[in-house]
Amino acid sequence: MSDGLAIVGYALRESVRKRMFHVVIVLTAGFIGLFWLGTNELFQELDTITPPEGIDARTLVGATVLGLGMFGTLFLGTVLAVFLTLSAVRGDAERGLLQPLVVRPLGRGTFLGARFAGAAAVCSLYVTAVYATIAAIVHVEGDWSPDRIVTPGLELALAVSILAGLSLLGSVFLSSTANGVAVFMVFGAGLVAGLLGQIGEALDSETLRGIAHDASWILPFEALYQDALHRLTADTTGFTGFVLQLGPFGGAQAGGGSLLPWVAAYLALLAAAALAGFARKDL
Amino acid sequence: MIFSARGLAKRYGRVNALGGVDLEVDAGELVGLLGPNGAGKSTLVKIAVGLVRPSSGSAVVCGSPAGSAAARASLGYLAELFRFPGWYSADELLALHQRLAHSSGGAAERTGLLELVGLADARDKRVEAMSKGMQQRLGIAQALVGSPKLLFLDEPTSALDPAGRRTVRRLLERLKSQGVSVLLNSHLLSEVELVCDRVVILLDGKVVAQGAPSELSQPRGVEIETDEGVRLFETAGREDVPQLVERLVGEGRRVYGVRLLTSTLEDVYLEYVGEEAA
Repeated sequence: MSDGLAIVGYALRESVRKRMFHVVIVLTAGFIGLFWLGTNELFQELDTITPPEGIDARTLVGATVLGLGMFGTLFLGTVLAVFLTLSAVRGDAERGLLQPLVVRPLGRGTFLGARFAGAAAVCSLYVTAVYATIAAIVHVEGDWSPDRIVTPGLELALAVSILAGLSLLGSVFLSSTANGVAVFMVFGAGLVAGLLGQIGEALDSETLRGIAHDASWILPFEALYQDALHRLTADTTGFTGFVLQLGPFGGAQAGGGSLLPWVAAYLALLAAAALAGFARKDL
Repeated sequence: MIFSARGLAKRYGRVNALGGVDLEVDAGELVGLLGPNGAGKSTLVKIAVGLVRPSSGSAVVCGSPAGSAAARASLGYLAELFRFPGWYSADELLALHQRLAHSSGGAAERTGLLELVGLADARDKRVEAMSKGMQQRLGIAQALVGSPKLLFLDEPTSALDPAGRRTVRRLLERLKSQGVSVLLNSHLLSEVELVCDRVVILLDGKVVAQGAPSELSQPRGVEIETDEGVRLFETAGREDVPQLVERLVGEGRRVYGVRLLTSTLEDVYLEYVGEEAA
């Protein structure tokens, strides 16, 4: 236990010392600034927006801009998760950073688990803080709050934790650059799945909806993001609800009761694969 | 027996890195591992510390299978290529390794180790601000955290200046006197000859020679300094010296000095591995 906490502390310290962390903080400041500006402009022009009949303009603008902000948050969280974990095993072994640690009595499983815990903690805190900030901006500028305010933030945190897990798994087998590219491509695939679902909804295509559904479950960070979007307007019904379901960068879809168990199982599968690979790895 | 390897072999794809090595290290023994690049020295050490899995054979560290938690708890290791996070100070790095090694030595152990490797003044200095030599000394201190019974040092003096090498040599002698066993992997033959009880020469993943440096060295004749200059008697040995001196004096020569010639460890090493491989 003490070994694991020592490595968690090591990972946390590494996280905030990495130059990438500072870059993400600067990017985040820029993102929040622009988001604030855009939200302010949109709500100031609310009176000039004439939505289709039956649609509440304030809800439409609030949910859309917050959904967009959530996508930005997920993207930045993904950047952070990837750069904190992309070289955790093979990359660090190639640089000679890993060997002095893993010859100590702590098991390789403890090491991997602690690295994941450290990265997931940093990324979850980051994503939750950014989400809370953008939700507060939307509330202050537009006097609009989502139907569910806490759960979407937690789901975003869980989504970046999955991406950190994927990146950690990749770091066992791939070099740093290859792993970074691979994880961003996986993230992009999730995004494409969301867009396909959106198109499927608009065209009423069962096939596209099916592909998007399956893809988002293969990549459950996308399913979590869609569920988080859905929860923003969970109580909104009628035509407004239908339009909002189309949401930006992937449609809002309720994950259902099996999503969280599947996420837990998915993380367990990632852990098992990473442990099996790391246990057999010559350093 | 503090370390033993039996038929230890390792293949990386088609490359045979180790081809069935038998090796033993006794308590308090300092063993030098020699061999050209690619001979399998680092692979052998990595198997012993649990970084690499053997393809066949077995190794035991302090009574536990190599790579097990119990084995890793009783050893210290300095890798040939290592790096510490730049943002750690020397003291913080040792504190991290104390936690991982379950050492209860606290600040006193850290202070002692830093003094031992000549880094007492660099306690709060960050790794990124240290020279390569200082980092290597810190690496040695890190390997000694938790007072291991067996130490694996892979090229511990490669980045050190002559003064640093002498510090390490003294440190090794001190560890030996404390009963710590050391397996030293080094290219610096003169250093190995000075400190090691026994040397093991590896070539192409196999042990080609082992023994005490004095056992491995061969007589190379007798050199006698006379008033006519230095004369070399290549086939003579220690027993022949009185006769040789008597003969030279009988011939009217004045004898100023006699020196028995033996091969150095370098000569022995080159004999086994060949000039080209070396």
